[in-house]
Amino acid sequence: MSAPQNAAPVIEIRDLTKVYRMGDVEVHALKGVSLTVEQGDFVAIMGPSGSGKSTLMNIIGCLDRPTAGTYRLDGIDVSRLDRDDRAEIRNAKIGFVFQSFNLLARTRATENVELPLLYGNLGLTAPERAKRSRDALARVGLAGREDHYPSQLSGGQQQRVAIARALVTDPAILLADEPTGNLDSRTSEEVIGIFQELNDAGKTVVLITHEPDIAAHARRVVYVRDGLIWRDERIVQMRAKHPDAAAGEPVAFPFPIAAPEEVVR
Amino acid sequence: MKVTAMRLLNITKVGLMAIARNKMRSLLTMLGIIIGVACVITMVAVGTGASSSIQATINSLGSNFIMVFPGAAMSGGMRSFTGESKLTPEDALAIKAECPAVAYVSPGARTNAQIVAGEQNWGTQVWGVDVDWPFIRAWNVADGDFFTDVDVRSSAKVAVLGSTVAENLFPNGDAGGSTIRIKHVPFKVVGVLERKGGNMMGQDQDDQIIAPYTTVMKQLMGSPRINMVYVSARSADQVGQAQIEIEALLRQRHRLGPGQESDFNMRSQEEIASTSAQTSRTLSILLGSAAAISLLVGGIGIMNIMLVSVTERTREIGVRLAIGAKGRHVLLQFLLEAIALSVVGGGIGVALGLLIPHLVTRFAGMPTQVSTGSVLLAFGFAAAIGVFFGFYPARKASRLDPIDALRYE
Ligand SMILES: Nc1ncnc2c1ncn2[C@@H]1O[C@H](COP(=O)(O)OP(=O)(O)OP(=O)(O)O)[C@@H](O)[C@H]1O
Ligand SMILES: [Mg+2]
Repeated sequence: MSAPQNAAPVIEIRDLTKVYRMGDVEVHALKGVSLTVEQGDFVAIMGPSGSGKSTLMNIIGCLDRPTAGTYRLDGIDVSRLDRDDRAEIRNAKIGFVFQSFNLLARTRATENVELPLLYGNLGLTAPERAKRSRDALARVGLAGREDHYPSQLSGGQQQRVAIARALVTDPAILLADEPTGNLDSRTSEEVIGIFQELNDAGKTVVLITHEPDIAAHARRVVYVRDGLIWRDERIVQMRAKHPDAAAGEPVAFPFPIAAPEEVVR
Repeated sequence: MKVTAMRLLNITKVGLMAIARNKMRSLLTMLGIIIGVACVITMVAVGTGASSSIQATINSLGSNFIMVFPGAAMSGGMRSFTGESKLTPEDALAIKAECPAVAYVSPGARTNAQIVAGEQNWGTQVWGVDVDWPFIRAWNVADGDFFTDVDVRSSAKVAVLGSTVAENLFPNGDAGGSTIRIKHVPFKVVGVLERKGGNMMGQDQDDQIIAPYTTVMKQLMGSPRINMVYVSARSADQVGQAQIEIEALLRQRHRLGPGQESDFNMRSQEEIASTSAQTSRTLSILLGSAAAISLLVGGIGIMNIMLVSVTERTREIGVRLAIGAKGRHVLLQFLLEAIALSVVGGGIGVALGLLIPHLVTRFAGMPTQVSTGSVLLAFGFAAAIGVFFGFYPARKASRLDPIDALRYE
């Protein structure tokens, strides 16, 4: 494990609720969620459609604010921040990967990756930005494709550009909402492999997926149902480089449990 | 500070990229601004050209110039005199003798006549004037001499030709010393006036003959009345005073009681100038509003295309917001795009605005004068239109909710 035992959790959520109001109708998307994610963890969020996964992810990503409850990100209480402050937090601490890649068309891969640096407070010069962008692309295995346009890249490559874009600011967490949802199974393996490598290098990753094969790459699976966390479990790692991988049984879904973590309240 | 400047530069780059991406659409959007700016510059150039040629003409009338006409005061700038003139050469002499603010006076007696010189024939105006006339009109004799006081007193049959007349009667340039016949009366040509060109009404001032008023009235007209009196005040400051003195003197000479309307009227060079300035100002306002409307339409075009652009790029805005763009970054980006559209459009408009007046002068023969002020004004106005009409779409973009924007199909 790359996360030191005593480090403060990256994500600390307490009794989070989210209510959407549509006219007279209230939709209780989250009904009291508590979740702690330690640094260096790799969490897969699963659950049926409409259970509140994306809602939770949007709040974790500071795209949205909870109706009630607290959320500390990297030690900072972000649940009551205003629009601009949340934008700054998103830029500095969060890397987003979307299901539909969301790259800017007619914009080269490097320029897409540089984009977060243009809005940040790092004060990098153009050559420094370009270098960071190239490094990020190299980390996702796209060295040599810097000048390609999204239309010249395969879906998997586009998603890797998106991961590079999420990485380029060196955020505290990587968030991904169904990052392999638009990819075939072989490309999905390729993309989840990159998340796994990044996690092995110490990056905290939280992703939503519907696919058990994808979730099997995580260290921990949080199962959301009807706006509540239903199960939260550590899973056996299948990774060759992990000593416990050999000892673990082959992954048999739903949850081959290694060490059930206590569900927080 | 450095960071802010750099970020501004980055966002400008982003905006320019968007314009380059949609070249055709950008060009069509800019059309209104292009036309508007080119219009403003061309109109002002044509207007300035016209008014400076009017000014030159007015100046060519001579300094401190006052004209006294027969008939009551003008209404609405138009001379509506049709009755018989009450002005006489004696009125002119009296003005010279009795008005201290007046320097030069000359009667003006006009008749139209057919002129014959050898084989050549030319119809023109003949003006009978006094020896002060060249000083009043600031008009010199180019070739020969003006006639003298003696010529006037003796009603000598001498004439000075306008250059157009001289050219037509004497194509070989041998006017000096020759004899012409005006209404069959032989006149000796003593001089040719220097060329003056057209007046404000576009009439050729060189198409006239000048002779002693005594001779013209006796030999050619058969009326004791004159058409006008030319007066020159001692200085520009004394033009008003001169008018008061002339008014009082002529009313007294014409025996007009206190309630009676004057049977003459006056116009100073200043009044003529202000009338024509008024005319060109009205023209400028008309043309200016046409240009303003096309700039306005151009601005609305920009607003429209920016709104379309914001809608089209909702997801892009969502991505930018998600990766940490603040509302003001997005606002600035779209505002800069709008400004870039209007500034590039304004630049093309300026180029056209420099070219068109040139072509107008070349092919329509109209005097034009491009003023730096109008170029700056038109360009600045175009940029301001970008800000004004770009603001609403940009603000709309900046207020999008990131989640909604990301979900937008
Ligand atoms: N903006 C919104 N306004 C109203 N209701 C919403 C809004 N966003 C989500 N909801 C509702 O909140 C609930 C949870 O939605 P959410 O998108 O979090 O589900 P999900 O678990 O991500 O589903 P999926 O697996 O299909 O992506 C759903 O009932 C949804 O209809
Ligand atoms: Mg979802």
